[in-house]
Amino acid sequence: MTTTAPTREQREAKLEGMGCKRKRVEDVRFTQGKGTYVDDIKMPGMLYGDFVRSQHGHARIKKIDASKALKVPGVVAVLTAKDLKGVNLAWMPTLAGDVQMVLADGKVLFQNQEIAFVVANDRYAAADGAELVEVEYEALPVIVDPFKSMAPGATVLREDLIGKNTGAHGPRKHHNHIFEWVMGDKDLTDAAFNKADVTIKELFSYHRTHPSPLETCQCVASFDKIKSELTLWGTFQAPHVIRTVASLLSKIPEHKIHVIAPDIGGGFGNKVGAYPGYICAIVASIVTGKPVKWVEDRIENLTSTSFARDYHMTCEMAATKEGKVTGLRVHVLADHGAFDACADPSKWPAGFFNIVTGSYDFPVAHVAVDGVYTNKAPGGVAYRCSFRVTEAAYCIERGMDVMAKKLGLDPAEFRLRNFIKREQFPYQSALGWEYDSGDYDTAMRKVMDAVDYAGLRAEQAAQREAFKRGETRAIMGIGVSFFTEIVGAGPSKNCDILGVAMFDSCEIRIHPTGAAIARMGTKSQGQGHETTYAQIIATEIGIPAADIMVEEGNTDTAPYGLGTYGSRSTPVAGAAIAMAARKIKAKAQMIAAYKLEVHEGDLEWDIDGFRVKGLPEKTMSMKDISWAAYNSPPPNMEPGLEAVSYYDPPNMTYPFGAYICVMDIDVDTGVANIRRFYALDDCGTRINPMIIEGQVHGGLTEAFAIAMGQEIRYDEFGNVVGGSFMDFFVPTAVETPKWETDFTVTPSPHHPIGAKGVGESPNVGGVPAFSNAVNDAFSFFGSTHIQMPHDHWRNWEAAKKFGLHA
Amino acid sequence: MAKTHVTMTVNGEPAEGLVEPRTLLIHFIRENLSLTGAHIGCETSHCGACTVDLDGRSVKSCSMFAVQAQGAQITTIEGMAHADGTLHALQEGFRMMHGLQCGFCTPGMIMRAHRLLQENKTPTEDEIRFGIAGNLCRCTGYQNIVKAIQYAADKLNGVPHKEAAE
Ligand code: FES
Ligand code: FES
Repeated sequence: MTTTAPTREQREAKLEGMGCKRKRVEDVRFTQGKGTYVDDIKMPGMLYGDFVRSQHGHARIKKIDASKALKVPGVVAVLTAKDLKGVNLAWMPTLAGDVQMVLADGKVLFQNQEIAFVVANDRYAAADGAELVEVEYEALPVIVDPFKSMAPGATVLREDLIGKNTGAHGPRKHHNHIFEWVMGDKDLTDAAFNKADVTIKELFSYHRTHPSPLETCQCVASFDKIKSELTLWGTFQAPHVIRTVASLLSKIPEHKIHVIAPDIGGGFGNKVGAYPGYICAIVASIVTGKPVKWVEDRIENLTSTSFARDYHMTCEMAATKEGKVTGLRVHVLADHGAFDACADPSKWPAGFFNIVTGSYDFPVAHVAVDGVYTNKAPGGVAYRCSFRVTEAAYCIERGMDVMAKKLGLDPAEFRLRNFIKREQFPYQSALGWEYDSGDYDTAMRKVMDAVDYAGLRAEQAAQREAFKRGETRAIMGIGVSFFTEIVGAGPSKNCDILGVAMFDSCEIRIHPTGAAIARMGTKSQGQGHETTYAQIIATEIGIPAADIMVEEGNTDTAPYGLGTYGSRSTPVAGAAIAMAARKIKAKAQMIAAYKLEVHEGDLEWDIDGFRVKGLPEKTMSMKDISWAAYNSPPPNMEPGLEAVSYYDPPNMTYPFGAYICVMDIDVDTGVANIRRFYALDDCGTRINPMIIEGQVHGGLTEAFAIAMGQEIRYDEFGNVVGGSFMDFFVPTAVETPKWETDFTVTPSPHHPIGAKGVGESPNVGGVPAFSNAVNDAFSFFGSTHIQMPHDHWRNWEAAKKFGLHA
Repeated sequence: MAKTHVTMTVNGEPAEGLVEPRTLLIHFIRENLSLTGAHIGCETSHCGACTVDLDGRSVKSCSMFAVQAQGAQITTIEGMAHADGTLHALQEGFRMMHGLQCGFCTPGMIMRAHRLLQENKTPTEDEIRFGIAGNLCRCTGYQNIVKAIQYAADKLNGVPHKEAAE
């Protein structure tokens, strides 16, 4: 060995594999303004579409007159439901098994619903045209409160469903009812409540909000009449699903549809579904023979595509007087808006809400969810969380606090008493999940030590006394939250979307020089897949990450995959990468054995190649193996070095974490000052700690927004109140707290690299931490629960209600 | 609609075009000049994704008409890298400190930070946070954006950056 040969450490470092803080490859283009987002796409002759939208929350459409609009110079066409009926596209199926109007067919069911699509040769002309389309309405009674939706005489919202007593998820109890979903053992749960020393019952409403990525939803549709081919660029978190849906709807064969998701400016669940804008752009392109671009503006985004939450959860908990939980009963009233367009796996109309037993060892539990229609926008997407997991985490984490109060126990202590213990994993939950791994006790205690929890409680007691003496006008709140997520949907035995099993995929092709390309069924919207996926491959097969290109988002070249949402990329696609890499490694080993003239079993892996056991100088690097694979493979072996893997996960993964939030609320102004936020996440094996930390920061900031002010509110007439960035709270750098992050590592036993996924944990765990802090502050003055969002006004109102203004 | 001829200097090059009086500057930059680095996140002057530098000020280019920029000196994100292709300290800082994720806010953030560092060469963390409060980011939670700007400030001031990620 010469003295210049790189050391093992140098070889390892050169790979930039798993565990290192590799700088992102995406950033080179993004920092120079050279990303390619949908609105950057420009094509010769391209037209622009703009919607005419409903002013009413619920109204019959008497007449649509487009004659004035059609006279606007530049306006090419105006599409209405009548035109779409000709191609059988006035309605489209939703991912949840319902149907949704693409353009208003006879009536409108929510404000800003799409009525007509104006197509023009520039975006100004399209907007001018939309302004001049005259719509005559006959207003109908409006239902915005889900609790009034199923009243006996409630107005019929969905006339198309009259007489249909069964929906996609079973019987409907009322004409505005969508489904009832029940899990758990009712009798055993009732029995536990009958025997309980202590019970609580509380309504936790998780308000309607919106993912609002900085880039709105948009697409360019281009139909080539000669080839009968459709190319669709769009902000798609799940490009293959969009292709399949587009094919089923348009009857264009799937191989003649090219769906391309270029760079995406954030998704957070907003860009999973199929929206009327996509359908209208496609139809308009077919009709006009020109490419058609549709770009949502911010108000349209907030008021029409994909709200999140609107879950009204009545939580009942039973416990012994010693502080052991004995039963959980939850009823949810789920407001799905005018159409059931939730992006859940098809058999899960309430997502994975049955993770609601959380991190605690509940012997029995029972859950029932009723979905109802209202005159609000459709959606119900998983805004930076797995399906309905953040709602479930909020419910259980508020419930644990309310119960702790009633028992006179500290909320952290109460959690510690009820955690699922490390030795209980794999753990079978009362509501049917098998938790893969966890060490909750360690995580909780680590956070409590880091923040000096006992010291904080002592300080809080002192501050409360000072407040009573009139020495301060601030009250202090400490919010504890411990969450268990369920991500990585999912095993084909229980997860599919419209019948497509929720596997994911990776194809790796090694070039003769030892460089590589990996193509994926997922699609980054900021998560940095181009960087992290290459790290997994680098570690698995010893090719430097810098020599690996990761490509996503083109359905022609990528293997079929279900896309990126619900923290599924690392758990599912990350596993597919490892499996594909291992196939390559197996072939590489055969090649190396042949070249080194030994048996395969005599070889062992060593960082970036194989070496002969006991003869460390006899080696063959992956780079050399790659060349040999193409140019001198062993006899009877096909040349080439590539592999595809479709990974059907055996189970979900269950990331968890412990968060503590400390805040001071000024009772006179209602302003909450977040003094400290400490977040410990356990996402199993960590691929890139820098990116994990970034994901946690971002998710916590979204959690802060949601808990402390962000809301899509409707007035009683069905008007959206605050559907712009003027009113919809998106925190700036000034309001956003500073985050302290930490971690433990409990790998997933069933995942090839032990990784669990992290992007959504901070939103799931963050919201209860903030809300628990506010509620904790007021709990000492007689409050049991204050509904979110905890904006200044609501805090001020609470202070007033509990007599703190005297 | 009658069109007006506008001329301005963009990234050191003369630029011109015919626009309607109502054409927004952001549309002129993106569509007429094909400089798509500046983005549109709201069109209501809240998000700052469209921020460019105009005559020594940060301007949200969705809130200004192209005709108002007649004769102006404009710098967009495309004009930030050095002539030899190396990155500006801010571009480097955003990458080094992981100050971006989806990248949609990044051009606006960098342009805003650029002006901020002209106005205040050694901003404190609070001054940075206040200074970029007109720019929204949905992905990062700002903490690493603040660090990225501190990294750039140090680099521009010739001071070693204490927290340059390892
Ligand atoms: S697009 Fe200009 S501020 Fe948002
Ligand atoms: S990086 Fe996505 S909005 Fe800032």
